[in-house]
Amino acid sequence: MILTVRHATRYLYSAPMRGAVQSLRLFPSRFEGQNTRHWQVEVESGIRGASFVDGAGDRIEGWSMRGPLNEVCVRVEGEVETHDLNGVLRGHREAVPAAAYLRSTPATLPDAALSALAEAAVAGAQEALERAHRLSAAVAKAITYRPGATHAHTTAAESLALGEGVCQDHAHALIAAANVVGLPARYVSGYLFADAEGVAHEAAHAWAEIWLEGLGWVGFDAANACCPDDRYIRLGSGRDAQEAAPIRGLALGQGSAEKLEVEVAVGASQQ
Amino acid sequence: MPTQCFNEMYQGETVRAPYARLEDWMHAMPTEFRQMKQAEAEALFRRIGITFAVYGEGGDPDRLIPFDMFPRVFTQTEWRKLERGIKQRARALNAFLLDVYGRGEIIRAGRVPASLVYQNAAYEPAVAGIVPPRGVFSHIVGVDLVRTGPEDFFVLEDNCRTPSGVSYMLENREIMMRMFPALFRENRIEPVDGYPALLRRTLASVAPAKCEGEPTVVILTPGHFNSAYYEHSFLADMMGVELVEGADLFVESGLVWMRTTEGPRRVDVIYRRIDDAYLDPLCFRPDSMLGIPGLMDVYRSGGVAIASAPGAGVADDKAIYTLVPEMIRFYLGEEPVLQNVPTWQCAKQDDYAYVLEHLGELVVKEVHGSGGYGMLVGPSSSKAQIEAFRARLIANPGNYIAQPTLALSTTPTFVNEGIAPRHVDLRPYCLVGERIELVPGGLTRVALNEGSLVVNSSQGGGVKDTWVLSE
Repeated sequence: MILTVRHATRYLYSAPMRGAVQSLRLFPSRFEGQNTRHWQVEVESGIRGASFVDGAGDRIEGWSMRGPLNEVCVRVEGEVETHDLNGVLRGHREAVPAAAYLRSTPATLPDAALSALAEAAVAGAQEALERAHRLSAAVAKAITYRPGATHAHTTAAESLALGEGVCQDHAHALIAAANVVGLPARYVSGYLFADAEGVAHEAAHAWAEIWLEGLGWVGFDAANACCPDDRYIRLGSGRDAQEAAPIRGLALGQGSAEKLEVEVAVGASQQ
Repeated sequence: MPTQCFNEMYQGETVRAPYARLEDWMHAMPTEFRQMKQAEAEALFRRIGITFAVYGEGGDPDRLIPFDMFPRVFTQTEWRKLERGIKQRARALNAFLLDVYGRGEIIRAGRVPASLVYQNAAYEPAVAGIVPPRGVFSHIVGVDLVRTGPEDFFVLEDNCRTPSGVSYMLENREIMMRMFPALFRENRIEPVDGYPALLRRTLASVAPAKCEGEPTVVILTPGHFNSAYYEHSFLADMMGVELVEGADLFVESGLVWMRTTEGPRRVDVIYRRIDDAYLDPLCFRPDSMLGIPGLMDVYRSGGVAIASAPGAGVADDKAIYTLVPEMIRFYLGEEPVLQNVPTWQCAKQDDYAYVLEHLGELVVKEVHGSGGYGMLVGPSSSKAQIEAFRARLIANPGNYIAQPTLALSTTPTFVNEGIAPRHVDLRPYCLVGERIELVPGGLTRVALNEGSLVVNSSQGGGVKDTWVLSE
């Protein structure tokens, strides 16, 4: 597919800020499932800073803005040719060993309920791929999609206890469950093209990847009960949502309330 | 408690050679004179403001570390062996760091378990694949040593992040020279005052390739409420570099800048005295107020050097410690000059069983602990203390390691009753940059309480001037 993305993130401040700094993970990953035709990231009246590819293979770009600032706006526009690899991240170069994704963060720390869910899901399944599919299905079943039920800092354990959540919670819970049975897993952020028929919900999306011997990293989208295909654009990864965040930023100043406005449109074009 | 301890001054009735001249000095000193000098030393330390903060004990939080005037002495021959061993360790630890953030050869070779490294809390995936300038991660390696006999030195632990205490090494010498100038005429003692210049040269030598001209070096401190703030300002002063807090620095155009009265000035090397987790809220803890937002992006793209490099802590964890001799063999093809203390890892089933059975004889420590907190010294603990500790150990075995209670050497120390032997350790500071350097000396810590083996300043320890005699 040819997917087009238009994504604007606007931070509005109630009082002028002294400046802002951002670290952006907003560039399509380079692997066999994605070919970037063009891609542009721009921060309004920002100064472009460091640009490099990190150990996980993500391109990262730093930006800074001088104050006084009333708002910061990050715009992404681009076009990516995607291929369905059944979720396999083939041909992706990275330096972080899979074993580093066995260590939990506070967001992915398994509790007794997550451990029980994971153990029950894989019972009787020998093969790693089968185990991963079962974990994903179990998480999808245990956590019902409901926007607003959770917030940015909800942990995997909390979301499972609640039985509700959004894609971030599904991904965290799947990472935790995979770690319980000794499978390295990580959080992936990206975009999803949601057609009229599909059940897919969020255009700015997140899912999990699980490391499977022989296959490498394989994506699992528990929120949509599938593996990422050509409707997905992968941006970057981390051990949890915070580490994989497409935008990590900080405005300098005090006494100001921040308001966030996000517009994302992912479309498919014929070619 | 071990009964036979090596006394560094006396072998039976005879005085060991390095201490020969100190015997006369000691005997010729009347009690009143000694008390006067001790008071003078304390006044000097107070005046220069060299205090440290003790946590969780109440009372005056800014306390003086007790200074003992009786020097600790090494011969040139003894020192040369230590120097060889310490430099060897510093090279191996840096080779290990470069390797585990690179190809991980030592893990592929099966010499170090992957889980110990990659699931370690101090392993930073954010710097995987990064090669810092000159391949150095740990620029100041503090190696804690103990002695049990004339030829027997053991490494107790390595400190690869930001070992503190070097200001005491320098101040102790300064004050001894001021109070007892004659001693320094009678004994030929290697100087240590070249340390700040050497540290500065080491830091400048790891400036990133993007640096133009003379590198600008700064010391980054968490601020005056930090227990080692005195040392941060002291070192900045002695090196002639700026002491900065996070808010004094900012990131723009892929570089780090310092706010000055003449406008922004580019910074090339940051000697940071804050932990990885607080360095950059955009990469690590988002709630950190101490760091510099965007710093890690600049660092990872080669715009600034950070000493010690983020992630260096994975080499000085107490579980990794047991593998340092293996690192020396693997990377350097050499046999370790300095031995490790035999260590039981409670994460291992057999070791754990042994430790549970022998708690009363062992020293048990937390894997990530420091400062002498959260440890058990079996032989000097009550039954109740041992049982309380046992409960904590059982709750989380993987969090603990254990070592035999070593018969730490003693040196004469001034105490209320006169002069008595007290247990000591040694922390030299090895500098790693373009070259590997070690000033002849270090910080000797002394357990001032009779029979105590805990030398940490937070647990009743004091410090001494440490001499290395010239040939």
